[in-house]
Amino acid sequence: MAATVRIPTPLRKLTNEQETVEVESATIGTAVDELEGKFPGIKERLVDEAGEIRRFVNVYVNEEDIRFLENQDTPLKDGDDVSIIPAIAGG
Amino acid sequence: MSKKSGFMKALKCRECGREYPLEATHVCEFDFGPLEVAYDYDKIKKSLTKDSLAKRPQTMWRFRELLPVAEEPTVGTGVGYTPLVKADRLAKWLGVREAWVKNDAVNYPTLSFKDRVVSVALSRARELGFETVACASTGNLANSVAANAASAGLDSFVFIPNDLEEGKILNSLIYGARVVGIRGHYDEVNRLCAEIAGKYKWAFVNVNMRPYYAEGSKSMAFEIAEQLNWKLPQHTVAPMASGSLLTKIHKGYQELIQLGLAKDTKPVVHGAQATGCSPISAAYKDGKDFFKPVKPDTIAKSLAIGTPADGFYALKVMKETGGASDDVSDDEIREAMKALAECEGIFTETAGGVTVGTAKKLVASGKIPAEDSVVLCVTGNGLKTLDAVQGRVGKPDEIKPSLREFEELIESDTKVKTK
Repeated sequence: MAATVRIPTPLRKLTNEQETVEVESATIGTAVDELEGKFPGIKERLVDEAGEIRRFVNVYVNEEDIRFLENQDTPLKDGDDVSIIPAIAGG
Repeated sequence: MSKKSGFMKALKCRECGREYPLEATHVCEFDFGPLEVAYDYDKIKKSLTKDSLAKRPQTMWRFRELLPVAEEPTVGTGVGYTPLVKADRLAKWLGVREAWVKNDAVNYPTLSFKDRVVSVALSRARELGFETVACASTGNLANSVAANAASAGLDSFVFIPNDLEEGKILNSLIYGARVVGIRGHYDEVNRLCAEIAGKYKWAFVNVNMRPYYAEGSKSMAFEIAEQLNWKLPQHTVAPMASGSLLTKIHKGYQELIQLGLAKDTKPVVHGAQATGCSPISAAYKDGKDFFKPVKPDTIAKSLAIGTPADGFYALKVMKETGGASDDVSDDEIREAMKALAECEGIFTETAGGVTVGTAKKLVASGKIPAEDSVVLCVTGNGLKTLDAVQGRVGKPDEIKPSLREFEELIESDTKVKTK
C-alpha cells in the first residue's frame, strides 16, 4: 500500500525538488519517520523537540486536518493524499 | 525588480530569528514559522517625526516609513485615515465612560480595513515585478484585491468559499477579477491556495506576500494614536479571524512608543470572536497558549477562520498587555450591529457586530473597567452583509398616498412626537 505526500515548497530542497513522495507507513507518525529515512533532516522541520507536529505546520489527510482526526495516530491507507502546509494569514 | 529596500532590513522568522532576503516568501524554511519584516528603526526615527507628519496627506501612507515598501507606494495611495468617532451614545449602551469607533466601514475604496493591507501588498508586489495578484478570502479581502488590482492594471484571481454573502461576491466580480468559488469553508480555500501558490508565480497577498501584507494593519493603530493626539488608548477591542489584525495593532502602538511618538501608557488590547468560530477566545478562557482548530458556523463569515494562523501570537499579545477575549452569538452580533447603527449612525457588517457585542461583554465582566476609555475597531461595512439582517430589523409601513392614512398610522403610535 502507498499514500502520496505532497511536499511544500520550503521542504523541496530536501526531497531533490520532488513535489510528491510515496510512503508505505500505516500512520502519519510513522510516515514522518519513513520520510526521515529517505530524506534525512526532514523530520526536525516537521516535528518539534517534544515530538509534536510544529505549531505552524498543518497536516491534512484527504483534505482533512489531522487535528480533527487522530493527530499523529491518524491511519493511512492505499491511495490517501497527505498535504503538509504552512499556516496562512486571514482574509 | 527593485534592488532598493527603503526602511526595511530583511525578512525574519518570528520563531527562530533566521533572516531571509526581501522577496515574495512567507515561511521559514527551517521551522515553518511566519516571516516578518525587520526595519531600520534608527533610520526611521530621523525621517518620521511629528514635524514631517504635519506636511503629509491624510492617508495611511503618511506613516510610510513603517510600511514595507522600498519606494513610494503605487497602489492604493488614497487608502486610510478613516474617521475616529467619539461615540457617547454607544458608550452608554456599552456601560463605559468613553468609547471611540475607528470607522473602517468607510475605508477607501472597498469599505473595509482590508484596503490597508492590500495597498501595501500590491505596491510591494509591483516592486517585486509581479503582474498577477491573488488571494484566499472570506470576502472583504477579495473585494479589495479585485478593486485595487483593477486600478493598478494588474490581473487578479480571488478564491472564496462558495457560500459567501451575495454582496461580497458581486463586489469582486464587478472589477473584472477572476473569482473562483470553492465548495468548502475558508480553511479549505486557504489550504488550496497554499498549494496553488507553490505552483504558479503569482503574488498571493496572504500567502507569499503575507509578511508585507500583514504590516498594513499597523496603520490602523498609527491613525488611532494620532487622532487621539498621540495618547494611546487605554483599551482597544479588535475582531479576530486569523488574529493578525490584533497583533499588528499592538505592534503599531509599540513602534510609536519605540520611536518616541507616543508615551508608553500600557495600552491593553482585547480580542473579539463569534461564538460559532471562537478557537482563540476558547483558548483564552481555558488559559491555554495555543488553540484547537474548529469548523466555523457563524453569520460573521468574514471572521470564519477555524485554523487561525496568528492565533498563538494573538493570545500572547492579550496575555502581555492584560487584555481579554470573549465571543458573541449570532443574535448578539445582530443586536450589536443595531446598537451601533442606532447610537452612532454607523452601519457595520457582522464582524463589527462581533467587536461591539464583545466589548459590551468585556465591560459587563469588568475586563474593561466602567471608568475607562475604549477604542472599537469597526472593520467592515453593513451594506456588504445585508443577508445577515434581512427580515430582522423591521419593515417599512405601507400606506396609500393619503393624509388620512398617514394620520391613522401616526396617531396610533404613542412614541411619535407630533410637535
